[in-house]
Amino acid sequence: MKLLKNLLKSPMFVFGISLLLLTIILAVFGSSIFTVTMDRVGQQYAAPHGKYFLGLDDLGRDYVSLMIRGLQSSLYVGLLAGVIATVIGTFVGIYGGFKGGWVDDLLNMFTNIFIVIPSFVILILISSSFSEGRSLTLIGIIIGLTTWSWTARAVRAQSSAIKTKDHIILAKLNGANTVKIILVHILPYLASYVFMVFILQVASGILSEASISMIGLGPLDTVSLGTILNQAKNTGALGDGVWWAFIPATVVITVIVFALYLINTSMEGVFNPRLRK
Amino acid sequence: MLKKYPTLRYILQRGGWYFITFIIAVTINFFLPRLGNNNPVDIIMGKASSGLSTEAAREKEESYLVEFGLVKKVKGEIVRDELGRPVKSSSFEQFVNYIKMCFMGDFGTSFQKYPKKVLDVILDAVPWTIALQLPTIIFGWIIGNVLGVLAAYRRGIFDRVFFPSAMLLSSIPFFVFGMLLVYCFAVVWGVFPAMGGYAGDLVPSFSWAFFSSAGYHYILPFFSIFLCLAGGQAIGMRSMGIYELGTDYIKYAQWLGLKGNRILGYIFRNAMLPQLTGLALSLGTMISGALITEMIFSYPGLGMAMLTAIQNNDYPVIQGGTLIITVSVLIANFTVDILIGFLDPRVKAGLQMGKGN
Repeated sequence: MKLLKNLLKSPMFVFGISLLLLTIILAVFGSSIFTVTMDRVGQQYAAPHGKYFLGLDDLGRDYVSLMIRGLQSSLYVGLLAGVIATVIGTFVGIYGGFKGGWVDDLLNMFTNIFIVIPSFVILILISSSFSEGRSLTLIGIIIGLTTWSWTARAVRAQSSAIKTKDHIILAKLNGANTVKIILVHILPYLASYVFMVFILQVASGILSEASISMIGLGPLDTVSLGTILNQAKNTGALGDGVWWAFIPATVVITVIVFALYLINTSMEGVFNPRLRK
Repeated sequence: MLKKYPTLRYILQRGGWYFITFIIAVTINFFLPRLGNNNPVDIIMGKASSGLSTEAAREKEESYLVEFGLVKKVKGEIVRDELGRPVKSSSFEQFVNYIKMCFMGDFGTSFQKYPKKVLDVILDAVPWTIALQLPTIIFGWIIGNVLGVLAAYRRGIFDRVFFPSAMLLSSIPFFVFGMLLVYCFAVVWGVFPAMGGYAGDLVPSFSWAFFSSAGYHYILPFFSIFLCLAGGQAIGMRSMGIYELGTDYIKYAQWLGLKGNRILGYIFRNAMLPQLTGLALSLGTMISGALITEMIFSYPGLGMAMLTAIQNNDYPVIQGGTLIITVSVLIANFTVDILIGFLDPRVKAGLQMGKGN
């Protein structure tokens, strides 16, 4: 609670969290505020007017609807990828850092391999091999499974620093098993740190999905901010100066990522007093 | 034996590690595409067996299958079934064959640009990518870090303007920034060209016209990567710098009354190493991001080649491209690792004590 109070004192955090809440509200309640439809409602690339204040796309669909769908997809994929990556990464990191020895060496090597091999490459390879059934969920899962290595590395460093603390040694003397020590005695100490890493993972998940969709390997079952941008590039809207085809989507992606980064940086400032002025 | 040469031992150790990673990357590159329903073997088989009626088509099928290493061979002879058609080799045999071909630098033949070799497609594209990415990453890193250290040291008004703008710049994805630049500078103001690596009516040659055109087309893609990258580096360096400012040696230096620039130099040297490690770690992401920038600017590099290949289901080129990207990321990482080995006294000391890394 005291932590939250401190966080709320930071203008950066308040600004970040408000931006994020705004996007979440738009994604969740957007369809009750605006009429969301994926049907053709007018001319191809009709300019913004009246009810369709963001204009229409290549297929005559309304961009307000597309933005809301895209926002939902992006937040969903970010959350999915973020949760998977954080859970795997945290457990690999804590376990390795706590156990030490050859288990740690092995996990560490595994982690490093996944760090050096670009996850984007893995995404391209898997996505391009599915011509059908490439769903948003599948992409989210793949992103999560390829980006956990960052979390693992960061958490491992923290966990190996904690393992020599007195309370851990006491717990060991009392005969607590590894799982219990990790869950009860280490994880709570790292909770704030893990949460910060989670925020970054969500941001990177959103960016990864947008990138892979951008090159035409995005989800086939739904609209995402990345597929909107891909369409804008492919149909030549970018070169023709049809600004409503890409400006709103680029702004929305940037706002989400910026909000998440702000939250992360401000939390770092609160947890690490040295960064405060 | 190598105890006397700790640096050499370190390089060999890292080299060995990267070799193992390389083998794993090649394995992933081979097996992952075969997971889905759109896998390369089926595509090749489909392409090869379309129009089997004539003798010519049949020969083409065989040459396809042999070229991509999909047929079973015993002592150089193709094994055939009772109908005289070649027998498909097992996945494992294909894998062994693939590794052999990779080591010989043979990535197969492009579908779309048949009979152009994948290696040639890649070699045509790579110089553009290197010309775009290498200077951008190096300059972005240096300038971002210098600005970051300044922000940490000066704080005040400079920091208050600089930090939020760097935050914003670094959270704009490469491709978003690229699109906005194209729209502003190419479409609305028409100051810079929107796409391509050089004017369409020119042929690449060592002429002034070509180089000036290439330079002109270079500016927008360069800035779209450079600014985002510098922003991200600056933020990392700023917090490292603030951390260093609180350390004893800096306080001591301040008490001694050393000049600001001198102290700044010390901070930079000490904060640089983690930043270098950070660079090594994010190289993969960075290079992938820059590939998308190429696609946006239709820049004739590897990114564009990959995009064309993806749009045309040109599997050999996709796979060759991903392998080249992975290998270049590995090489870049290895280089940074060695740099760190030379620059970081702790790595050196650790090696001399015989502990290694």
